[in-house]
Formats: sequence, C-alpha cells, structure tokens
Amino acid sequence: MNQAAVQLPLPGFEQASGQWRSDYSRQVAGEKPVRNRSGIEVQPLYSPRDWAGERYLDDLGFPGQYPFTRGIYPSMHRGRTWTQRQLIGLGTPQDYNVRVRRIIDAGATAISLLPCCSGFRGIDCDEVDPVLLGTCGTVVNTTDHMDAALDGVPLGTISTAMNDPSPFTLLAFTLGVARRRSIDWRSITGTSNQSDYISHFIANHQFYRLSLPGSRRVLLDHIEFCRRALPNWNPLSVVGQHMQQAGATPAETMGFTLSSAIQYAQDCIERGMDVDDVLRRFTFFFDISISFFEEIAKFRAGRRIWARIARERLGAKDPACWRFKFHGQTSGVDLTQQQPLNNIARVSVQAMAGILSGLQSMHTDAYDEAIACPSEETARIAVATQNILRDEAQLCAVIDPLGGSYYVERLTDQMEAEIEAVIARIDAAGGMYKAAEVGLVQTMIGESALAFQEQLETGERKIVGVNCYQVEEDPTIPPAERPDPAAMERHVERFKAFKRERSQDAVARALDALARAANSERENVFEKVVEAAEAGVTHGEMVGCLRRELGFGHPLIIA
Amino acid sequence: MIHAGTRPLRVLVTKIGLDGHDRGSRIVAAYLRDAGMEVIYTPPWQTIPGVVKLATEEDVDVIGISSLATDHLIVPKMMEALRAAGLGHVGVVVGGIVPEAEQSALAAAGVSRVFGPGAAREEIVECVTALGQKSRAERVDDYSEANP
Repeated sequence: MNQAAVQLPLPGFEQASGQWRSDYSRQVAGEKPVRNRSGIEVQPLYSPRDWAGERYLDDLGFPGQYPFTRGIYPSMHRGRTWTQRQLIGLGTPQDYNVRVRRIIDAGATAISLLPCCSGFRGIDCDEVDPVLLGTCGTVVNTTDHMDAALDGVPLGTISTAMNDPSPFTLLAFTLGVARRRSIDWRSITGTSNQSDYISHFIANHQFYRLSLPGSRRVLLDHIEFCRRALPNWNPLSVVGQHMQQAGATPAETMGFTLSSAIQYAQDCIERGMDVDDVLRRFTFFFDISISFFEEIAKFRAGRRIWARIARERLGAKDPACWRFKFHGQTSGVDLTQQQPLNNIARVSVQAMAGILSGLQSMHTDAYDEAIACPSEETARIAVATQNILRDEAQLCAVIDPLGGSYYVERLTDQMEAEIEAVIARIDAAGGMYKAAEVGLVQTMIGESALAFQEQLETGERKIVGVNCYQVEEDPTIPPAERPDPAAMERHVERFKAFKRERSQDAVARALDALARAANSERENVFEKVVEAAEAGVTHGEMVGCLRRELGFGHPLIIA
Repeated sequence: MIHAGTRPLRVLVTKIGLDGHDRGSRIVAAYLRDAGMEVIYTPPWQTIPGVVKLATEEDVDVIGISSLATDHLIVPKMMEALRAAGLGHVGVVVGGIVPEAEQSALAAAGVSRVFGPGAAREEIVECVTALGQKSRAERVDDYSEANP
C-alpha cells in the first residue's frame, strides 16, 4: 500500500520537494498532526511520491471495469444521473399521499415510505399513545392504508423503497395493492430498504423486531421469495448508515457493512441459492458525512473491495454482482439544531461528496431535519440542492473527477487498508453475525462515538454553532409540524372499525398459517406474510405472531 | 441525614416511547459515571409504569429522559405518574431534540431542565448533581417526617 518508495524520473523533483518542505515547516512551526475521522493522518501536501499511477489498471481501471474504483457503469452520471429518492413519511396515509403526489408531479421517479415509529416497534396505531402517532412517519398498518397512501401512484413504473424491516409487512401491503390494481408483480421495482437486521441489532435498535435467529430466517425467506416472484425488486440493502450515525468512523462503517454483506451472501449460499442470482440484487445504503475527501475515499475504496470480495471470495461470475450499487443519505448527525439554516451549507458539501463518489441514488436532508420532520418548504430546498449541484455546478460532466488526485488516490489506498483491517477483525470473530451477537461491533462503535465526542469537547473538532461561533438569540428555528390530532383520531377509529368488520375467520387462518410456517423449515415465512396482508391481517398482528414463534428482538445494548 | 452527600447520586438514564436512537443517552451516561454517579441505564422504549417501577426499586435521585424523536410529548404523563407514586422529589431532566414551542409544556409539568444538542459535559453534570442533592435532601426530610 505504501508507495512512498517510487523512484521518480522527474529531474529536479527531489530538490523542489525538499525546498517546499523546509519553506512549509518555517511557516507552520510546531504544527499538530491533522487526522480525519477514521484516524488517518492527513499530510499538508500530496505529490507523485504518494501516488504515481503505476498500478492504474489493477487498482482503478476504467469506469464500468473491474475493480470499479472509478465507477460501476461506463458512463456514470454523464449517462444517467443518480435517482433522487427523498425519504418521506408523516401523518396519516392520506397526508402521505398528498406529499408523495406532489413529489411525483415535480418529476420524481422514485419514492420512499417511512412508517411511524409505532410501526417500527411492530405495533398498530390502536396500541399507542395517540400523541406520538404519525410524528415521525406515516401510520400504515394494513393493505387498505397502503392503498390510500399510494392512491394515484403508478406502481409498476415508479421505483419504491420502503423503510421496511423484517418481516417486510410494507412490501406485503404493497403487493396486495398491486393485486387490487391488476399490476403484474414482476413489473414492481424498488428496494427493501431496511432488510439489514444486523445493523438494526447493533445500531438502529428502533427497527429491530424479531430475535437474531428469527430475523436471519425471515430475511432468507424474503430474499428467496423476491428472487422467485419479484425479479425487479432488490430484497436486500446492506446498511452502513445506522452504524456511522451511532458513532462508527467512516472506515469502520465500510468495513462493518462489507462484513455484513459477506455474511448475508454466505447465508444465501448455505441456503442453496445461486450466488450470481442473489448478489446482483445486493444494494448498499450509506451515510455521507461532511468529512468530504474521507467520504469520497471511503466510497471509492468500498467499490474496489466489494468487487474483489464478490468475485474472489464469494465466487460470483457475473460482473453485475461485482458492482457496488449504493444509495447515500447526507448525514443527519452532522446537522445542528443551532442556527439550522447553516445546515443547507452542510448538506451541499455532503451531497457533493456523494455525487463525486459516484452514488446511484441519494436523499438530501432538509435543513430542519435536526429538529423535526421536514416541512414542505425545507424538503423542496433539499431537492433543489441536488438539482443545483447537478444542473448548475455541472458535477456530472466528468466521471470520477477526483480520480488521479495524489491526495484522493493515496487516501483511497489508506482507507482501503483501514477497511480491510476491520473486515479481518470481524472475520477473526467468526463473521458479522457472531461479532454482533457477542457485542464486539457495539463496543467498537461506542468507543468511536466517545472519542469523537471528546474531540468536540477539546475543540479539536469544530461544529459551527455548537462548540464555536455560537449565537445568543436564534430566531431561525422553524416550529415543528405535528399531524392534525383530529385526523389521526379518525384514522385510528376507522382502523378499529376495520378490525371489527373484516372476516375474522380469514384472519385467524392466515395467522395460523404464518405461525406454522415459522415452525417449519419447508415453508416460506414471507410468503405467508404476503398472504396474511391480503387476508386483512394487520402489521402489529403479523409482527406479534412472529415474535411469539421466532422470539422477540432485544438488541444488545452496551453502554 | 447521615448518608446525604456521601453516598453517590443515583441516576436513571432512559428513553420512553417509541424511538430507539441512543447515541446521546450513552454519552450522557458515560459523563455522569465519569463524574462519580451511579447510572442505571436501560434499553429504549420503556413504558411510563416501567420507569416508575425502576425509579422506585433502584432508589434513584434523578431521571434523565433522552428524546430524539417526539417522545418528549409523553413526558408530562410520566411526571404525573411519578408524583402519583410518591416520587415527586425525584429530579427529572430531558435531553435531545425538543422544539422550543414544546419546552414550556415540559417545564409546566415539572421537568427541571431540557438539554439541547451540544450541551456541555460540565453543564449537564453540574445540573444533575444539584438536582440530585436537592432531591435527596427533600427525600430525607420526607423520611424524617414520616419516621420521627
């Protein structure tokens, strides 16, 4: 990895470089080392001594060529820009529908749905303090609710991403809606955005519903079902975002995420699935922090490592499986409640890092995201930020524009080494499932979170408005929007009526079939979830049934 | 009175409601432990009766509620439940994202302080220490009155 020993033929290089070094030292005597968030020391200047391109074909290649460091497709954003996939979710299904139709009218080709926190916890709207309902996502508990949420939304032509942890009830509801509208399931495109249960067990506890072995079982059933019935659906998105938000460094995050992908691939292979059939549908989901060059190096290194893992370690033959397809979300942890308009600047920098890294799909945070669910105006600014970077700043004109930068290439190599060390550590612990089960990953993340906090306390790391440049009065904080309590009350009342009026026999039969499938290795649990959704079984009932049969999901929390 | 000020303060750091984001509460728990307090730390999603039970059994002086989504909206109900259980002396602080318009409802319900993001370690430790001492003094007084 260390390329410092390159013999440069340039006449006068040594002398010029030595001269610069001594001039530099005179100007900044006694300088402290500068480190990025992954702990890599960053030099004041990079030159051909750090990266000279002699391994260009092995380490970089051309876009669309192995190992894909410069991008997974030949034309990248110049051919087709990234998908704008703004995460939305608020209030009742009707509230969601108003917002999502406006987004589609504005040209969106992909939508997402974030359910209410009660849904994440696996319970229905009639089991929750109503004051909490719909404050952080849409209340969707049945196929009817999904039908209302997606009213007028062209399923089958628009790509859909559900924030839908195991057992994937939102996808089941969507398939029920597609059936009602006579839409061929094979035309449905999108991603099960929160299928990575290991990341929930470790870091996003909120999404964690079933026991670890239960989640493992249901995910494999889900992947199998989707490969059979939904050829254009991505059943797995391996998520780095939660771990980075919880405090993992960018290098740790990439290492953990790739280790999870290895775990899932190996589980699928062990189940007897064809590695080439499965891996081509793997996708990734990451946080993009404001550590600009580090994030770019993280993604470039990640692409290269994944290509090698998929091809060499997992034995995939189809180049489509080697491509590291990823969605990026600008990091909410970097945003501040203080002086929130400043977040527009932060999101722009984060989004630039994502674009220059060659992402496939992006969500930009609204500036009030550190305070509440975005309002319509702040959400519009977030989308406009992407449009400005794409159409005004011309960031798509050149593929991998930072490739060949002495700094970026050197940093990509260094991040690669750090990431590979993390993967080796997880391998030594027996893989990501075991490493999470015993708390190794949680401990590492906790230590990194504390170390970062200490850097903020000492002022080694600065956040404008938080540990420097604070202001006394802050009139720019927008008020939080809360759902209309009367509309939410009506929604809950209608839900209760629905439960009374549906065919109780059909519900009992579907729940019984679900419980039996959970206890039989020959049956597919997710198939039964889909059937139950069509029979009028609610989200909370399905999760409750599987919790009884497969075990309640208690995350391992180390504090 | 004999133990007041000598035994370490006991603080329950927890989350009620539906949200699971716990980076902040883990860091605050570490701050308080570093300052010599005994921290009882729970997983998120505690119920209000669960918090009352734990606060009673663990004999805590202060409760810290972390709220990153909207769970602060049910904190006033928790305050009522604490008072109903005879735990009115226990100091309560909330940390996290609480929009300004919703802070007054917490103050009115008896929450001593709301810490926003970026609150300094010293500020948190100082406030919790003062609250804990006050809570213990009030509790000791109650105890003496009840058992003269």
